[in-house]
Amino acid sequence: MIPNLLAWLLRAIQFGTIIMFGSMGEILTEKSGNLNLGVPGIMYLGSFAGFASAYLYENHAENPVPFLCVVIALLCGFLASALGGLIYSFLTITLRANQNVTGLALTTFGMGVANFFGGYLLKGEVYTAAPVSNAAFSAKIPFLSDHLGLFGDAVFSYGFLAYTAILLAILLHVFLNKTRTGLNLRAVGENPATADAAGINVTKYKYLATVIGAGISGIGGLYYVLDYNNGIWATTGQVEALGWLAVALVIFTTWYPLNAIWGAYLFGMLYWLYNFLPKLIGITNIDRTSSLWQMIPYIVTILVLVGVSLRRKRESQPPASLGLAYFREER
Amino acid sequence: MEDAIRLVGITKTFGEIRANRDISLTIRRGEILSLLGENGSGKTTLMNILSGIYFPDAGQVFVGGREVTIASPKDAFDLGIGMIHQHFKLVDVFTAAENIILGLPGERRGRLDMKAVEEKVRRICDRYGFDIEPDQKVYEMTVSQKQTLEIVKVLYRGADILILDEPTAVLTPQETEKLFAVMREMKKDGRAVVIITHKLHEVLSVSDRVSILRKGEYIGTVDTKDATELSLTEMMVGKKVTLDIERPEPENRVKRIEVKNLNVMGPEGVPVLKDISFEAYGGEILGIAGISGCGQKELLEAVAGLTIPMAGSSVEYFPPDADKPEQLVGRSPREIKDMGVHLSFVPEDRLGMGLVASMGMADNMMLKSYEKGSSFFIEKKAPRELAEAVKDELAVVTPSVGYPVRRLSGGNVQKVLVGREIAAAPSVLMTAYAVRGLDIGTSYQIYHLLNEQKKKGVAVIYVGEDLDVLIDLCDRILVLCAGQVTGIVDGREATKEGIGLLMTKIARTDDGHRHLGHADTTETTEGGAAHE
Repeated sequence: MIPNLLAWLLRAIQFGTIIMFGSMGEILTEKSGNLNLGVPGIMYLGSFAGFASAYLYENHAENPVPFLCVVIALLCGFLASALGGLIYSFLTITLRANQNVTGLALTTFGMGVANFFGGYLLKGEVYTAAPVSNAAFSAKIPFLSDHLGLFGDAVFSYGFLAYTAILLAILLHVFLNKTRTGLNLRAVGENPATADAAGINVTKYKYLATVIGAGISGIGGLYYVLDYNNGIWATTGQVEALGWLAVALVIFTTWYPLNAIWGAYLFGMLYWLYNFLPKLIGITNIDRTSSLWQMIPYIVTILVLVGVSLRRKRESQPPASLGLAYFREER
Repeated sequence: MEDAIRLVGITKTFGEIRANRDISLTIRRGEILSLLGENGSGKTTLMNILSGIYFPDAGQVFVGGREVTIASPKDAFDLGIGMIHQHFKLVDVFTAAENIILGLPGERRGRLDMKAVEEKVRRICDRYGFDIEPDQKVYEMTVSQKQTLEIVKVLYRGADILILDEPTAVLTPQETEKLFAVMREMKKDGRAVVIITHKLHEVLSVSDRVSILRKGEYIGTVDTKDATELSLTEMMVGKKVTLDIERPEPENRVKRIEVKNLNVMGPEGVPVLKDISFEAYGGEILGIAGISGCGQKELLEAVAGLTIPMAGSSVEYFPPDADKPEQLVGRSPREIKDMGVHLSFVPEDRLGMGLVASMGMADNMMLKSYEKGSSFFIEKKAPRELAEAVKDELAVVTPSVGYPVRRLSGGNVQKVLVGREIAAAPSVLMTAYAVRGLDIGTSYQIYHLLNEQKKKGVAVIYVGEDLDVLIDLCDRILVLCAGQVTGIVDGREATKEGIGLLMTKIARTDDGHRHLGHADTTETTEGGAAHE
């Protein structure tokens, strides 16, 4: 019973970390009024660039240094995803293309790029691995993780990115709500005309929020391959589903980064429900119904949407100009 | 007096529309300048150039004698220019204080010190007697509070050149007076104040000089003390005008609508219309007066089938081509419309309701007739001809009928809206706030259109905000008060005072003081607005 529950929790928190990164990046982006539906593609870019760089470094260096693996993977993953965000920004902000169409195109693009170039790494195999980087990313916290019993197992046995995600959520919260820049950014997303008239450089804010947001989202993809998936790059399209869950999580959090922490873990619990709950309550044959169980996070998101809409609390609504292009001289 | 701003040869075009053509203008310190002009004359465009929203195609701007380039709102702030926009530039979910400091650099390295901000806001409020709570959310504020907040925002930024774009359009007379007092106070402080308006009596009461624009061109500047309403109107319109509304005698009065015991329940479970009974006749204009929100909108919607009245209500329609009346209660809005009962409601947000902003006039005409025609494909010709006709008849200023209506000025948008309903040749035409926000010339065109319809034998129901217009235009005036009919008076004999009394009749019995205040309000408003 207990080991099963613990395994569920471990899996949930790791899973939650992936989508927490994804949705924090998207929260930052959406706060600027850009609805980037390219999150799955961006997470794909992040996961591929992170994995590929670490993989190439591991295979070409005589004695790969774990620390360098981490730095190289993070840098490349962040930059590749940020580039995806830059493409999106250029199209939607500068050229004022439709945000939904651009986002969806970016999702397809990201998947395509990752799978196309991923083919070169796979060299015909079904999967390939970067074990040194995986070890570096998934290293547990020494001492604490094995001297505190169950508590240590549950709290200190994750790779450093899991803690980074929590820290980032808190930082994002402080940034959005306690700083002038954050206030300005929120104004851009709520009412760009107002922000513009107040002397805020709307274009700059939108670009920066979208590009940095994409970078953060991409780390989620990177965490997926190099930690959650044990450093294995495979031909399956798992990242896409995670990307959509990250977008769902943004709605679930009602755009509050702090909600992303518990929301992501809750999604993780729900996502892995199919694997653990039936066993816990004694159901053995679940193969046929596993898809139904996996629907639960999405159903919860819909319920939250319904709840938020019914409450009509102004602060829980999406940024008012989300999805709309801004042009100062529009009449 | 020192020149604050000098504009030389400013030109600005939007697509094919020339909003400003070679305008030169001077704004002085310690003075209130009125910028007067009809809708679409380019007042707002010109001031938006000063506040950095638009960039001029040609021309020079001098601030304090130095030539400057205002490329963004930030540049404008840095030059001490602050604009209070007609459509408030506020973030609804932010507090007053958050809105005020938006975009400003912080004192302490980016951290938000709301305490200090609120302190400074309170100081400004005390100086001018503003009533603003720094931690109140904007969405909880009244229109007047929002406007005050806009002014505080501009003052907080240390602006000494203030531009107010039609600030009184949404204010009650008392609030307007308060605003004018503030403006005079600013003038005394040596600031330059520009007020954009098309209300002549306000121009005369508050400003020192008046600059007049017409169709994007600069006409001239006069000292207010030398100006009269008539002289200003003539400069604005460009020709001699009479400020009288014609009222042809009704001919062939035939009963078209008979409303009996109409009761409507509001969304909060409170009755919004109580036992309404009246008749409307073809060949006459029936005016509906009342303090805003007394059931005018609900009444029209009930007749048009947009709201469902309570049991026992009866709205009978007498079609011109049949002998027996038709019951409208229980019918769908489209059935009612097809019978010839048309509602043209001009909402506050003209483009949000009623028109599709990105479509041209022709396509917008089609919205009302999309179900007509037997072919699978869209019939384009008829709507285009209709649009051309509306354009010519109402003198809509647009490069073509395919030009997106959102790029037209407010008055022109309204003409499209009203013209479309009239074009359907209704036998009952209901209009609400048809001249809302329109200037004199356009308003008179609308009155003329309604009179034309009346002469054609249409039963016109006109909900208006301006008592003087109602008295001049309507044959009979129905007065609503708190959802009840308090009287139906003859327009030829009615007085403003009499109607004002009826407007507050019921309220007076249960809460004398508050509503008495309202009565005064209405009379002053209407008195003032009479000159439009």
